[in-house]
Amino acid sequence: MTDLTRLPAADLADLLTRREVSSVEATRASLDRIAAAEGDLHAFLHVAGDAALKRASEIDQLRADGHDLGPLAGVPVAIKDVLCTKDMPSTAGSRILEGWVPPYDATVVARLRSAGLVPLGKTNMDEFAMGSSTEHSAYGPTHNPWDLDRIPGGSGGGSAAAVAAFEAPFALGSDTGGSIRQPAAVTGTVGMKPTYGGVSRYGAIALASSLDQVGPVSRTVLDSALLHDVIGGHDPHDSTSLEDVWPSFADAARAGASNLALSGLRVGVVRELHGEGFQAGVRQRFDEALALLAAAGAEIVEVSAPHFEYAIAAYYLILPAEASSNLAKYDSVRFGLRVTPEGGGTVEQVMSATREAGFGPEVKRRIILGTYALSAGYYDAYYGSAQKVRTLIQRDFDAAFSQVDVLVTPSAPTTAFKLGDKIDDPLAMYLNDITTIPANLAGIPGMGLPIGLAPEDGLPVGIQLMAPAREDARLYKVGATLEALLHDTWGHPLLDLLPADFGRSRAGATGHASPAHLVPPPGPGTEPDGGTA
Amino acid sequence: MPDESPSITADQVQHLANLARIALTPAEIEHLAVELGSIVESVRKVTEVATPDVPATSHPIPLTNIFRADVVGDTLTNEQALSGAPEAFDGRFRVSAILGEEQ
Repeated sequence: MTDLTRLPAADLADLLTRREVSSVEATRASLDRIAAAEGDLHAFLHVAGDAALKRASEIDQLRADGHDLGPLAGVPVAIKDVLCTKDMPSTAGSRILEGWVPPYDATVVARLRSAGLVPLGKTNMDEFAMGSSTEHSAYGPTHNPWDLDRIPGGSGGGSAAAVAAFEAPFALGSDTGGSIRQPAAVTGTVGMKPTYGGVSRYGAIALASSLDQVGPVSRTVLDSALLHDVIGGHDPHDSTSLEDVWPSFADAARAGASNLALSGLRVGVVRELHGEGFQAGVRQRFDEALALLAAAGAEIVEVSAPHFEYAIAAYYLILPAEASSNLAKYDSVRFGLRVTPEGGGTVEQVMSATREAGFGPEVKRRIILGTYALSAGYYDAYYGSAQKVRTLIQRDFDAAFSQVDVLVTPSAPTTAFKLGDKIDDPLAMYLNDITTIPANLAGIPGMGLPIGLAPEDGLPVGIQLMAPAREDARLYKVGATLEALLHDTWGHPLLDLLPADFGRSRAGATGHASPAHLVPPPGPGTEPDGGTA
Repeated sequence: MPDESPSITADQVQHLANLARIALTPAEIEHLAVELGSIVESVRKVTEVATPDVPATSHPIPLTNIFRADVVGDTLTNEQALSGAPEAFDGRFRVSAILGEEQ
């Protein structure tokens, strides 16, 4: 019998619709896979086994009763822990929200439920989505299923690892500076950051409100499109939600996969995000992908984005500034942790003790940095300047998109680095987002998809496609074409090469350290960097 | 600012921690002063290109204020609103003293 966990969501949905497979069978297959793999991966912070099976059985009953359900009804899905779920804890990877069950669902979660999707659980992430490796999760890191010694990317490493390792057909993520696209790159999966405002953020635990977007994580372009169709569109609960009527992204992906001719498509390679500073194998696979696009008829053009080199600096002013404000709500009064100093204290002292105990080192670092950037006397020089850089980056994109239809870059400068490698060096960690941050600053959509394994380390490499704001459908169309061209070249999807032992034999062969010692037991005072707690 | 050294002192970090309501330990303060110094040194490069003629962007997709109709919308019940509270009493959030003794 087919291993249901290996099927793309679209194929599983077809079997469910034809009633050849039940949702209970599909859900049980995912839960069994989670039970088998979680000891190695730690992609989930919460698995809702009983609730998932109950919901699956309801879907099966509705279908048996002849109800007309949505195209994805009965398909299991994983949900990043940054999203509020009224039946599961929602911690955003933080101690300060340990065990918190919100009284409402995020809009995207409510839309999943009403489309009949079956939530499997909540996936691991860097605390409050601050990080590129999941090492800043208060509950311990997730391991990359291609090599357990390596990071799965971040902040959404849990969703990406779960999808890559066949624990879930697809998942929800959130992307503030690359938290969907960079994990996709290092795990060989697909991830989409929609146009800012394209997907509701109501019930998404906020990091930086002018940058955050919720989006899909999957193994195929079509699966992301199907999920995007479910979660996208205007939401009156989110005042930044766009009122646009969006085309069917699934139709766009299907169109892209069925017509592989790209004549007339102008593809821009961003000069500043290509070449120097990128791992050799990343450059090689990227150049091969460009050749594939060119062979299909696309015109490859080099474009310049001179202000992208200021993007990280602007981002690490804007993000901490907004985060320091957004995270003020963790005040020990309305929800979450409360720590009372010995002998009691005022509200203010309780608040300070709570935030000291409840936040990890990266969160403290960014809150303090943001508080600094917003201080009187520094505001204009730092935050004000960063906002101007944002304008310059938008102008770079405008100029580029006047010449080309889509922009491409490698999704990340390197393949997955080792757990522990950058944890003590925040600046090195921040540089990892150089390719993904510009799209967030400009609000445009960006998609990451796998383009092969780097020859030097056998680890996945991703390409990022970007389009003008509101042109998400263009990315699904071009992305699906590129994916089909790659599959034709390889003869199979990249994830067919995922090592069944999660790279353990490889690690032994090259003498890598065993991952066990890299995993600090979670708890106050044992934060991964060991330096500030 | 751009002309001055961005190095950050422990006293500054202590002040910022007070503003941010985080009771950092002395070791954390010392560690953060060093880290923030190098981060600020790096991010201050934004001042190189942020000339007066460039307008600031606060929001990536321009929107005007959105108002909803002035009718009762979805609201939480009192019980739901208090469901995550560390401490509640008589239908309200319970906190410790607002003012210290010397205040």
